[in-house]
Amino acid sequence: MGILVKDVTKRYGDFVALHEVSLEVPSGALTALLGPSGSGKSTLLRTIAGLEHADLGRVLIDGDDRTDAPARERGVGFVFQHYAAFRHMTVRDNVAFGLSVRKTPKEVVRERVDELLELVHLEGFAGRLPAQLSGGQRQRMSLARALAVRPSVLLLDEPFGALDATVRKELRAWLRRLHNEMHVTTLFVTHDQEEAMEVAEQIVVMNEGRIEQIGTPREIYESPASDFVMRFIGPVTHLHDAVVRPHDLEVTVDPVPGSVQAMVERVIHLGFEVRVELTSGDGADLWAQLTRAEAEQLEVVEGQILHVRPVRELAKNGSAAHPGIGLASEA
Amino acid sequence: MGYLSVIVLLPLAAVAARSMDGGLDAFWRAVSGAEAVAALKLTVIVSLIVAALNAVTGTLIAWVLVRDDFRGKRQISALIDLPFALPTIVAGLTLLALYGPRSPLHVDVSFTRVGIAMALLFVTLPFVVRSVQPVLLTLEPEAEEAAASLGAKPRQVFRRIVLPSIAPAILSGAGLAFARAVGEFGSIVLLSGNRPFRTEVASVFIYGRIQSDDITGAAAVSIVLLLVSLAVLIGIGLFGRRAVRDEE
Amino acid sequence: MRNRLALRTLALGYLAVLLLVPVGFVFYRTFEHGVSAAFDAVTTPAATHAFWLTIELVAIAVPLNTIFGVVMAIALVRGRFRGRSIVSAFIDLPLALSPVVIGLALILVWGTKGWFGQWFVDNGLQIIFSFPGLLLATIFVSLPFVVRETVPVLREIGTEQEEAAQTLGARPFQTFWRVTLPAIRWGVAYGVILTTARALGEFGAVSVVSGHLAGSTETLTLHVEDRYEAFDLTGAYAAAALLALIAVATLVSMTLLRRRRGDVGWASS
Repeated sequence: MGILVKDVTKRYGDFVALHEVSLEVPSGALTALLGPSGSGKSTLLRTIAGLEHADLGRVLIDGDDRTDAPARERGVGFVFQHYAAFRHMTVRDNVAFGLSVRKTPKEVVRERVDELLELVHLEGFAGRLPAQLSGGQRQRMSLARALAVRPSVLLLDEPFGALDATVRKELRAWLRRLHNEMHVTTLFVTHDQEEAMEVAEQIVVMNEGRIEQIGTPREIYESPASDFVMRFIGPVTHLHDAVVRPHDLEVTVDPVPGSVQAMVERVIHLGFEVRVELTSGDGADLWAQLTRAEAEQLEVVEGQILHVRPVRELAKNGSAAHPGIGLASEA
Repeated sequence: MGYLSVIVLLPLAAVAARSMDGGLDAFWRAVSGAEAVAALKLTVIVSLIVAALNAVTGTLIAWVLVRDDFRGKRQISALIDLPFALPTIVAGLTLLALYGPRSPLHVDVSFTRVGIAMALLFVTLPFVVRSVQPVLLTLEPEAEEAAASLGAKPRQVFRRIVLPSIAPAILSGAGLAFARAVGEFGSIVLLSGNRPFRTEVASVFIYGRIQSDDITGAAAVSIVLLLVSLAVLIGIGLFGRRAVRDEE
Repeated sequence: MRNRLALRTLALGYLAVLLLVPVGFVFYRTFEHGVSAAFDAVTTPAATHAFWLTIELVAIAVPLNTIFGVVMAIALVRGRFRGRSIVSAFIDLPLALSPVVIGLALILVWGTKGWFGQWFVDNGLQIIFSFPGLLLATIFVSLPFVVRETVPVLREIGTEQEEAAQTLGARPFQTFWRVTLPAIRWGVAYGVILTTARALGEFGAVSVVSGHLAGSTETLTLHVEDRYEAFDLTGAYAAAALLALIAVATLVSMTLLRRRRGDVGWASS
């Protein structure tokens, strides 16, 4: 069950934000909507939430058609990038809000709020105002608030986008743990591919209002279904007419079958990785990613002639090696 | 919406309608009568002078409030809004007390045009100050510092770096001051003595016409006053926009 | 350094001559003949009536304009109808018009010879030269303030809090009452203060629509003029001082609220 989106189209005047988008998020899964700005991922999320209205298509949540239902009737929990905290209410009142508008008895509310504050590790902050919390704490509060009403679906719109890098990493891990405990169908939007790969079980790659590919992080990375996915997820470099991941290049001192001769232009040491920029025999530029150990073993130095061979190709002759893998099946 | 229409729109339409009551002819007669013309001329000229003076003094005050620091600055800054909070009749009376017939300083501006100007300066004080202050506050000092390091003297820095940035704010503040001055009544009515052809402003003239039951005449002059106000405001708006465009 | 001092002296000197000394002097004149004389002057039947009349007018006009202001601000910022800038311009109109012209306009519509005049006469109602006329004038001149102060605050807080409330199950009225209103309350409060100050201090418009009947259709501001024309200077100064005191109280509230409101409004310091 989970979330089912069928041929949803959304227009803003002449601009088509979503073009016949279809998607299925299994119940209890943790899925990422990944794409650049303007890809439509936030629009899709908000349409599922009921904050935007689809022009065409259907939205089903837990088996019920909610396409025409307003946000408050959909049973979704929503977490905003900039927290959307109720600034004039305490943390406790924020978290309790969803319950209090349903006229839940005070005792029940208090218990549930305490439970959630414990879950998000904000027990001591119940009486504080959002302005007194850090960004990370505010987002945890927003999460608690969304979960308070036991939504069937949890939607997060770039939830860690406004936070520092360290806090972001912490909260990512924490979201995963939370999901493991609660098993709520969760869909989150991000433009950060590393975040998607680290957190999600399933990634939906979007571009210009369409879904490019749906798959596990590994599938997306190793078998990109289109040019766009190939370039958006992870680095690429070219060897003749093959498109390859820089770390999928085998670099040797002596020639091996299928290898190409190339000269080292520049060696960049990036901590654990070493990036070697090369020029091949026919003048094309490419670069390889080596571990420090590999680089040391080869004794890589500027001007050196090496031999490069792809271990695994993403694409040849300009077309994706595995097109069509993982696109949404007809629902 | 209905509230807005009943309270505001309806009466306004009525003024426009009534002014045309006697036809274009009567309108012209009412408006070109010697007394009316004198009142309008006086009003516009004094208001323009006052707006110009405010542009200078308002900027000066805003500058001191933003860039300078002294004890009681916050209180003084709050005081700038006094003309907004004080009833106009009280403003007129206070000026009359100090600068009128029974002045302890033996300064008497009652029944004079200078008195009118003072009253208008009083009530329009906040406009330019409040318009320029926020702009000055957000001005980054780096541009001025760069100019100074290149050898510019303080006056040059002000004229060539700061002034262009705050000019639109000064202009819009002066425009608001003008619009307010042109229609001002309460602070002037006691102070000016309302002598026709000498110290009678347009609003007082209109008031007189109403008292004499010449409603049409009153309406006609009101419309002219409105149009003058509008013309100046639009002019300032256009000028301001062109200045911004030139800068870009 | 010298420059700075010179500028400061000039600015403060200007303010003193124009603003501070005159206002201070009025208080001096008021109590010149003793506090009891001033007190007597301000507690005459005419003065007392003028005071309560003014209070009544404010007590009705301000709540009405506040409700209008909040509703209009929400419509302007969150609404999606065409002609928003025209409506906004109309709301600002009372600020641009001369008070005398406003009074004239009101007479033309509500007076006995006005557009609705006949209907009123037939039904024995009198608008102009009586309380309702004064009320209409007061409402007219103090109309824009709550709207103008609420709009920027509404814009600044954005729609996210309201959207969050929706996803949490709140109905539209609940969202308004529990999320929107508390978020804009300081902007509204500031607007209410400005509205009140304007309503209290209006002179020109009420002068035109009032019958100037002392003890009946005179507001406190009209009373000041009345006493001055009657050469009762003590009475005039006393009433003026009272109004000035209220004005200072207004200023203080404005300053305090400005800080709470976060300096989002139009006049910030």
